[in-house]
Amino acid sequence: MDIKVLGTGCANCKSTIALIDQVAKAKGVEVTLTKVEELRDIMGYGVMSTPGVVINGKVVHAGGVPSRDKVEQWLAAA
Amino acid sequence: MNTLAAPLKTWPTRQPVLFLILSAVAWLALYNTLIPASEALVAMLPVDRSSHLGGALQFFFYDTPKVLMLLTAVVFVMGMVNSYFTPERTRALLAGRSEGAANVMAASLGIVTPFCSCSAVPLFIGFVQAGVPLGVTFSFLISAPMVNEVALTLLFGMFGWKVALLYLGLGLTVAIVAGWLIGRLKMENHLEDWVRDMPKMSADFEDAGMTLGDRIEGGFHAVKEIVGKVWPYILGGIALGGLIHGYVPEDFMASFMGKEAWWSVPLAVVMGVPMYTNAAGVIPIVQALLAKGAALGTVLAFMMSVIALSLPEMIILRKVLKLRLIATFVGVVASGILLVGFVFNAVL
Repeated sequence: MDIKVLGTGCANCKSTIALIDQVAKAKGVEVTLTKVEELRDIMGYGVMSTPGVVINGKVVHAGGVPSRDKVEQWLAAA
Repeated sequence: MNTLAAPLKTWPTRQPVLFLILSAVAWLALYNTLIPASEALVAMLPVDRSSHLGGALQFFFYDTPKVLMLLTAVVFVMGMVNSYFTPERTRALLAGRSEGAANVMAASLGIVTPFCSCSAVPLFIGFVQAGVPLGVTFSFLISAPMVNEVALTLLFGMFGWKVALLYLGLGLTVAIVAGWLIGRLKMENHLEDWVRDMPKMSADFEDAGMTLGDRIEGGFHAVKEIVGKVWPYILGGIALGGLIHGYVPEDFMASFMGKEAWWSVPLAVVMGVPMYTNAAGVIPIVQALLAKGAALGTVLAFMMSVIALSLPEMIILRKVLKLRLIATFVGVVASGILLVGFVFNAVL
């Protein structure tokens, strides 16, 4: 499962990455987690409010740290 | 999935209306017991109520829960209101509008649209890309961090509704006029080339279709996120206000931040630029300055400058704006804030 976190490196972006990593480890789901920090690339996804989350090329979330429930749902759907 | 999720839901999200009514009643009842409760608390302590320390303690025991309760209520309600105004919807509301009225709209939407300060630049590009005029985008960008519910609630709780209302009115005015001016200057060609060359996007958006329960959850989330983060600043501010009361001469600041010192306003603005904190972080400083005789206009100018003009934000903005446009932005906003400071000091 390919997960990208879009964000210019603020605290919220870091906690988003940490959260996804944590849930993935707890559930034993294998994910490749990458940070997208270049503005041009972030805008390419059409996301305006960071942090955003992209799963397998699709934007699933934008504008804040996602809730743990939400992250669990994404990982369960895969 | 749904069968699994359902039992996990808390009762407020299952019976949202009931929850809202009950919590409003409980909140009001609690709020009205704050004065007697703080008096009773001080009476239990081995301190003379009429002494200076007794007065300071009563002030602390009353003001702290008062401000925290106000903030919790406002942040909760705004958390629900915010869910109606996602940045995407705001952009759709503003796209293609002509300037003038749109500046007013953008500045007002800035109050209710949630965004973290690190989103300012993506938001900026997103707006411009969808055809929101440059000046209107700036109105939004200036107003959103500066005029927000946390700043307004803290000002209301600590200095009364007049100061809060003045801050709201003047903050909006600065955002509207500065944005309008930047629009008049026709500086579109001072955007970085890659921003101008980005493909135009439509501002359409999909409504997520939230229920009242979802919005209540948004309210809870906002309280956890915001009140959880700012309460130490508020405690510090109130404690500082009480403590320094007796130990620093009342007019200590007046000599160099009072009304008589005209240069205090520009100095306050210049001092505010390298400082970078949010509305809550600046409140303790504001409290201390005001208590010691600094003029209100000077202090408000300082507060606006700290929040609206910050060095780190400009460094990020440099990625999308050419130097001249950044300089114009800073110049226009700083002049607006200066004017606010001077007018305030002259009128009050």
